[in-house]
Amino acid sequence: MAEMQGGRSLVVDAVTHRYPSGALAVENINLDIKGGEIIALLGPSGCGKTTLLRIIAGFIAQTQGRIIIGDDIVDALPPNKRAVGIVFQNYALFPHLTVSDNVGYGLAARGIDKATRQREAQRLLELVQLPTMSERLPRQLSGGQQQRVALARALAIKPSILLLDEPFAALDKNLRLDMQIEIKRLQRVSGITTLIVTHDQEEALSMADRVAVLSHGKLEQFGSPSDVYDRPQTLFVNTFVGSSNRMPGVVVSADRTAAKVRLDAGAEIIARPAGGTLSEGGRVTVCIRPEHLQFVGDETGFAGVVGMSLPLGATVVHEVTTADGFGVKVSQARIGETRALESGAAVRLAPLAPSLANAFPATL
Amino acid sequence: MGAAPATRDVTSYGMGLAAPLALFFLVFFVAPLLQLLWLSLHNDTAALHWGLGQYLHFLTDPFSLSVLGSTLLLGAEVTAVCLVLGFPIAWLYQRVGPKLQTIIILIVLLPLLTSVVVRTFAWIVILGRQGIINATLQSLGIIDTPLKLLYTQFGVVIALAQVQMPLMTLPLITALGRIDPNLDDASCSLGAGSWRTFFRVVLPLSLPGVIAGCTLTYAAAITAFITQSLIGGGQMLFMPMYLYQQASTLQNWPFASAISIIFLLAVLAVVSVFTTLGRLSRGYGGT
Ligand SMILES: Nc1ncnc2c1ncn2[C@@H]1O[C@H](COP(=O)(O)OP(=O)(O)OP(=O)(O)O)[C@@H](O)[C@H]1O
Ligand SMILES: [Mg+2]
Repeated sequence: MAEMQGGRSLVVDAVTHRYPSGALAVENINLDIKGGEIIALLGPSGCGKTTLLRIIAGFIAQTQGRIIIGDDIVDALPPNKRAVGIVFQNYALFPHLTVSDNVGYGLAARGIDKATRQREAQRLLELVQLPTMSERLPRQLSGGQQQRVALARALAIKPSILLLDEPFAALDKNLRLDMQIEIKRLQRVSGITTLIVTHDQEEALSMADRVAVLSHGKLEQFGSPSDVYDRPQTLFVNTFVGSSNRMPGVVVSADRTAAKVRLDAGAEIIARPAGGTLSEGGRVTVCIRPEHLQFVGDETGFAGVVGMSLPLGATVVHEVTTADGFGVKVSQARIGETRALESGAAVRLAPLAPSLANAFPATL
Repeated sequence: MGAAPATRDVTSYGMGLAAPLALFFLVFFVAPLLQLLWLSLHNDTAALHWGLGQYLHFLTDPFSLSVLGSTLLLGAEVTAVCLVLGFPIAWLYQRVGPKLQTIIILIVLLPLLTSVVVRTFAWIVILGRQGIINATLQSLGIIDTPLKLLYTQFGVVIALAQVQMPLMTLPLITALGRIDPNLDDASCSLGAGSWRTFFRVVLPLSLPGVIAGCTLTYAAAITAFITQSLIGGGQMLFMPMYLYQQASTLQNWPFASAISIIFLLAVLAVVSVFTTLGRLSRGYGGT
């Protein structure tokens, strides 16, 4: 693997794209990606992930902004000159070519002779652990195997950037985990700068060095998985990444690091001002993750009534309705005989720690 | 869910449902064909003496062989023209918006909506000595004397190509539509230019359509009695007209029958060459 070049850096500089139909798919996106990083582009359906990927690959010319790979501005280069490897969601293997010819396709386009091509294809097939499949046709392979071939094919051209569009969406859960580990392993040995598009937040958090969260074509946050999960900068990120309870409230007092918020549900809690400083008396939305809420015995916290308890294996999730009528989820680790609470039981809830609640200025 | 009654095994439906069609086929196709075969195996016009004389006559007669040869050649030329002109149309169809697609389909189907006779007469108007082409070229001063377009091989090929074009374009449109558009992008991202992508990916994957289109166009072109005779005129003789003369004018039914059988076998041979080619080229683009 030593001959594989390390990844080059990728800069997405103020890229905006409006489709001819008028849809603004991507709006002023800035990403500064270092060579060798794995980046996840995370966002709900229709937020512009594929559009951004296709802009980087050169299939779409963006309306504004620049794409810089290494030291080169590549905007004028067609896709076949960009040396960007892509693995498509449906793999897009050439159905009439053998696995070996599929992997060697990019080398053939570079005028490399057949013997060298086959040797290289075989080496890559060993790398993706399919050494004996070279003479098969794609339709004679399972989904996971096809994906490995697609990966080998993309790696064969020694791309400076590897793009994967929803690479695991079509795989079942166990295979998905295998392939996630596999791709991460291959990425580590090859050092190729990799961009994975996904709408699966677990996938993004587990695979990527940094996660770019998109919503409606805008970049909401670009940071490490723990930044995104623990220190979300927007309400959208907080609720899209992981699950979160949203509770309305009013700011009692606030400084840069902490805010005292009076929840409409009837308690005063300390929360982290997540979207900048908060003004006293302003309405906020507080986000608390289900696993960061606990039942308390004393008069602290807010009151609620248990609706239902769902034992989900390692955790038990309780649905609690607060005094102001909001539904709140509480997740408890299942230690010993964690009891399933009776429906209708009156309880009191409080955050585990002040830093675990995030307060965002309420919109509207 | 469970097994709905509709998912009953097809083979469990009685073959009886196919009986009407089978009977029709038997009476109006197999029976005449057998009669044709029976007739062709007689040496005299009264069909009293058995023998292979008609076949021997055809196969040793340079004139008959040249008619067969020029008919098969005509089919090949028309098929080639249809393929070369039809492929870009089908390719374009897959790459334009829905509005243009409707227009293209309409243009492709238009020939099917008018009678062959009308279309052929239109070509006579276009190709004639005082026809549109000659008149235009003369008025532009490009030629002095009118070109001979009508009653030429060229004229027949062009007219037939226009008449048979839908038979080529429709299967091609279907075949190209089945190709995953991502394959284009994949090829491109792997460094291939558009020509390599076309010859290595698009063309091989559209082969089923190419073969279907060629077979249909070929079979239709060599049997197109009306267009061949009207545009070809008296000087050019192709198998359908030859057959017609022998049967209707000369009342030589056994020879006419032998001509049909030989023609039929020749067509079958060409068609099976097409299909074999198709089978040999892997990559039916199946799932
Ligand atoms: N060819 C196109 N023409 C016009 N609008 C388009 C086109 N492709 C996408 N869009 C629009 O641009 C927006 C972003 O689309 P995109 O395909 O990038 O989303 P995505 O994040 O990849 O979604 P998904 O997760 O569903 O794949 C959507 O609103 C979509 O409707
Ligand atoms: Mg997408």
